[in-house]
Amino acid sequence: MSTTIVQNKEYRNKQRIKDNFISAFIGFFAIVWIFPILWTVWTSLRPYNDIISNGVFSWPRHLNLDNYFTAFRKMGLTHYFLNTLYVTIPAVGLTLFLGSLIAFVVSRYSFRFNLSLLLLFTAGNMLPIVLTYIPVFWLYIKIGDLFGNRSLLYNNYLGIILVHVAFQVGFATFVLSSYMKTVPKEISESAIIDGASVFRHYWNVMLPLLRPPLAALGVLMSCWIYNDFFWALILMSEDSKRPVTSALRQLQGQYITDFNLLAAGASIVAAPTVILFFVLRKQFVSGLTLGSTKG
Amino acid sequence: MKTATTNKKIRSRRSLSRNDKFTLAAFIGIPTLMQIIFLWLPALITIVLSFTYWNGINVSDIKWAGLANYKNIFFGTPVFYEALKNNLIWLLWFTFIATPLGILLAYQIDRKIKGHKIYETVFYIPVVLSLAIIGIIWNFMLQPGGFVQGVMGRDIGNAVSIWGNYSINTYVIMGVASWRHIGYIMLLYLAGLKSVDPSLREASAIDGATEWQTFKKIILPTMRPVNIIIVVITIIESLRAFDLVYIIYGTSTAWPLLNILVFQNFAGQGISMKGAAYAVILLVLCIGPILLYLRNVFKEDLK
Repeated sequence: MSTTIVQNKEYRNKQRIKDNFISAFIGFFAIVWIFPILWTVWTSLRPYNDIISNGVFSWPRHLNLDNYFTAFRKMGLTHYFLNTLYVTIPAVGLTLFLGSLIAFVVSRYSFRFNLSLLLLFTAGNMLPIVLTYIPVFWLYIKIGDLFGNRSLLYNNYLGIILVHVAFQVGFATFVLSSYMKTVPKEISESAIIDGASVFRHYWNVMLPLLRPPLAALGVLMSCWIYNDFFWALILMSEDSKRPVTSALRQLQGQYITDFNLLAAGASIVAAPTVILFFVLRKQFVSGLTLGSTKG
Repeated sequence: MKTATTNKKIRSRRSLSRNDKFTLAAFIGIPTLMQIIFLWLPALITIVLSFTYWNGINVSDIKWAGLANYKNIFFGTPVFYEALKNNLIWLLWFTFIATPLGILLAYQIDRKIKGHKIYETVFYIPVVLSLAIIGIIWNFMLQPGGFVQGVMGRDIGNAVSIWGNYSINTYVIMGVASWRHIGYIMLLYLAGLKSVDPSLREASAIDGATEWQTFKKIILPTMRPVNIIIVVITIIESLRAFDLVYIIYGTSTAWPLLNILVFQNFAGQGISMKGAAYAVILLVLCIGPILLYLRNVFKEDLK
């Protein structure tokens, strides 16, 4: 008995030394990892002229937020942020709503095609997106022409919202349905026995129980849709309607020589998702893991 | 038990009124219709279009091409093989370097090693950033006048081209791609590790196993389902790889990938259905991993 304790102690000491070494090793990489971000923020705090006359590594004469104010004014970031909101909020809301409908039916009513339905939605989320570009583009223009208004879907927020929903709803369905399986069936049974209609069963009984996964998915999807710049490049012909991430991409070309202003712009655009991550970290992590490591 | 469940089903089906049936049909119908119209139908159309010649404007101009697009790709387009090679490099790098690093990192953080909370945050931040921002951040590091050039003692006048240098740009691209991927894998694995019974670890520690042995003999085998999912995600991400390279090079083929080739044929000088054929080739490569993923995730339901 006493020998094992001694051995254990020796073992623990050895392990502690090793652990310190490992921690230092990871710490080194952590510094490398965070450095590009810190460098960008640092650059954004310095005036343009300071770097031009004194070089990149010079000690700064002035540190201020001027570049941030200039970025908002010159780049029109407020306008582009609003564009992002017009797309992100409806897209996330609609995705969660539609996803919860399918998840509800699939997990509470037994039809023969339940599994095929789930497979259709989950597989849809994994398709290579490029497969849809040309037909969607073409479909949008044709539907617009059909109703006599070419920008009904093309070059319109509605069009971007719909493609986002179509892609993300598969993931939402998958996560929500696997969560619903853990909700006891008895709750539904008593609702049915009490004579609740299907709609009441969904709206008053199940939906309140789904709050945690809905919050998690909401945070995660807001981040994804906020970050996407691609659909807007394809489906929006007017620059002024593009969301903030697409706009940043364009501004990069325009302000390529003014590093500091661009750094400020990039920091401003990055801020919402980074803040979201720090504030709602728990939802963030559980949203991602609910979906992919169910096991 | 068996009779109970069948009774339940009969009861619930019989108890559906007309109204309820209508509600259920709408609940299923609306999302499914949307999914089909904006996702599956376009995907199918692209598959059909890959066997045609079309400039993307008038439907009446579509001409049947048979396998011509594919023949052109396989026998007349050397850049296709370059793209395949790059996708393969991406896959190998992610599978053997980035993903294992993410897993090891998760393991160490899960052991609550000194500073684990800070490390977790630091490695995760790149994952929440948009590629548009990542492109700008790494440009600050690498472009003329950037940090790395400064460290190498080169100012704007005599900067070396990092993105244009073929002997190093592959490594740089893999590095930046890993910057994002490692945090993502770490997070996924970390969640899985939380469900590993801590007594398993204690037992192996008491038996005098080293941490490496514990990881190899205890953790990896118990995490098998998560491992498979992570491998599949890694493969699919490597095949679909696109936005990072697009941010750097646009649709030029300076560092081609399958997805970039699709784009090059869909945008730019004019639309060609060779792009559709590239997209279908990509789909074919992805089908295996997707099926593997679905089988794993719906294991119980499929039985």
